[in-house]
Amino acid sequence: MDEASGRDPSGFASRPAEVSSPGRDISCPCCGRALTVEQIASLKAQLAAEPALRNDLPVGMMFVDPHCHMIARTTDDYTAMAAAGVVAVVEPAFWLGQARTNIGSYVDYLSHIIGFERYRAGQFGIRHYCTVGLNSKEANNEALAEAVMDILPSFAGKEGVVAIGEIGYDDQTALEDKYLRAQIELAKDLDLPIMIHTPHRDKKRGTTRTMDVLIEHKFDPTRCVIDHNNEETVREVLDRGFWAAFSIYPGAKMGNVRMTEIARQYGPERIIVDSACDWGVSDSMALPKTARLMIERGIPLEVIRKVTYENALAVYGLNGEMKAADWLEPVAIDQRTLYSGNSVLRGGQTPRITEPGRASPSLEIA
Amino acid sequence: MAWFEGKRAELIGDFAPRVLTAAFGPVPRRMGKADLSLEPADLAAAETARPGWRAGGLTVDQAARIVLLLDAANAAGSFTERLKSLAATADVGELIAIYKGLPLYPEPATLVPLATEGLRTAMRGVFEAVAHQNPFAAEHFPQSAWNHMVLKALFIDSVLYPIVGLDQRWNEELAKILVDYAHERWAAHRPVASELWRGVGRFADAAAVADLVRVLTDGDEREQKAAALALSESRRPEAAVALGRRRDLADAVAAGDMTWSDVRG
Repeated sequence: MDEASGRDPSGFASRPAEVSSPGRDISCPCCGRALTVEQIASLKAQLAAEPALRNDLPVGMMFVDPHCHMIARTTDDYTAMAAAGVVAVVEPAFWLGQARTNIGSYVDYLSHIIGFERYRAGQFGIRHYCTVGLNSKEANNEALAEAVMDILPSFAGKEGVVAIGEIGYDDQTALEDKYLRAQIELAKDLDLPIMIHTPHRDKKRGTTRTMDVLIEHKFDPTRCVIDHNNEETVREVLDRGFWAAFSIYPGAKMGNVRMTEIARQYGPERIIVDSACDWGVSDSMALPKTARLMIERGIPLEVIRKVTYENALAVYGLNGEMKAADWLEPVAIDQRTLYSGNSVLRGGQTPRITEPGRASPSLEIA
Repeated sequence: MAWFEGKRAELIGDFAPRVLTAAFGPVPRRMGKADLSLEPADLAAAETARPGWRAGGLTVDQAARIVLLLDAANAAGSFTERLKSLAATADVGELIAIYKGLPLYPEPATLVPLATEGLRTAMRGVFEAVAHQNPFAAEHFPQSAWNHMVLKALFIDSVLYPIVGLDQRWNEELAKILVDYAHERWAAHRPVASELWRGVGRFADAAAVADLVRVLTDGDEREQKAAALALSESRRPEAAVALGRRRDLADAVAAGDMTWSDVRG
């Protein structure tokens, strides 16, 4: 608790348990008589035993979740994300949980994430951006991969496309290597940043190898995010000048207690938190929950703001497609056709963490 | 503007599909998305150049994209096929521009399937690019497509009044569809848009007149106005009788003091 301001460092107003201070007269709400020191101590003990409010965030707090596969999520996710302060998401092109068999379904997928998903997000007041690319799993189907490489340039210039990604290694095969290199060159040609997917298996060596290839191709590390980091990879990624992203994904990539300690140890520079929420057991509330946990564990608000908002905006805003004005002061045509959010209204509201779809107590559906 | 003129010169000079694709995407980033500011003289010139064309609702990027498409229209090969292939990979803004340009393209009859595909969208802005301020639908859609466009506008809580040619293309089939839709909404305890009745009055059978009388009696102020207007367009005697009980509204309609533009939205 910051004694001078009467507020705790998290920026919250003091909680009830912290209001009374010993030595000041406090009257009983029933009879008006001054409470004894013992009675005050007993009340404080009772209040402290109450579960703390864990669902509110500081007024006006905003999040950019730079890794969400929203096509796999429901409207409940969008509703909960908007209520929790998520103003923008980046949807990286990836595989769909199973392999596509032809280029037509890849074209339709990319059209979907630049088109309908962007529109759908807008209906919930969330701005949607995406990356386009050939993922490492499907790079192993050479016929498909060649066809995807042919169509990528025509998608890379669309509105809302902020990077080439997510690309990288899965099993670190020769074909994966070939198309990783080809897409690094494509990103250079098109002047786009890159989002790297690091492999789940053989992660440490796979991550090092990916960065070696990027450097070999003279790709500027300040324009490249290495995603799905952990404690074993973060040091090298930061030392080599790349952005280091962490996916708060239950049971896998990174947990948010561990994330809090990484933020404490490495500070906020070039660190990015994302949810990577997709069709698996994952959490679209990962950013607000992590921010809340970080506040409770004493990470300063400006650090949290950097790792959950500013850094993602900085790197994925490099090509000019994503900017804070998109949600803070959207242009009229977007308001009419694409984006139904009212950020002015939202700015004065308290972001609140809810579980998607579990907010309504009513059985009635009108 | 230099970028834009450069791309135009490329397209007019030596057309290649990839030049159009590459120029089409970045237009908003290069030129912005402000509303196109047009003077009354500009709008009049647009009306002269293409009767029924409503240029007033365009933004800068939409207008620029339509100009690029028209620049490419003189190149060899089918314009319609080129437009279809562009639409197949278009983002939301590109689709809206493509559809807003419909009244200006060559070979309009061959564009009908692409245009009706635009009605099947789940994106409201794309649907309205076809349905609103656009004479293409009234000029080229067969009745079934026209009727479903009008119904879908109501279904997605859009509005009817910006549909060009609305009063010229009402038909008995559409009136039946609209009355059925009103009943469906009433059964679900949902509001019925007042504009719906605009298509009902002149084709109303006895049951539809009874519906209109119900709206005239029980509706809110705007609904009552709509019912009065619709009843005034019916030749059935019971319509005149019902209207006779609301002299205030009947007189306003007769005097031209109240029109369908008073029940918009």
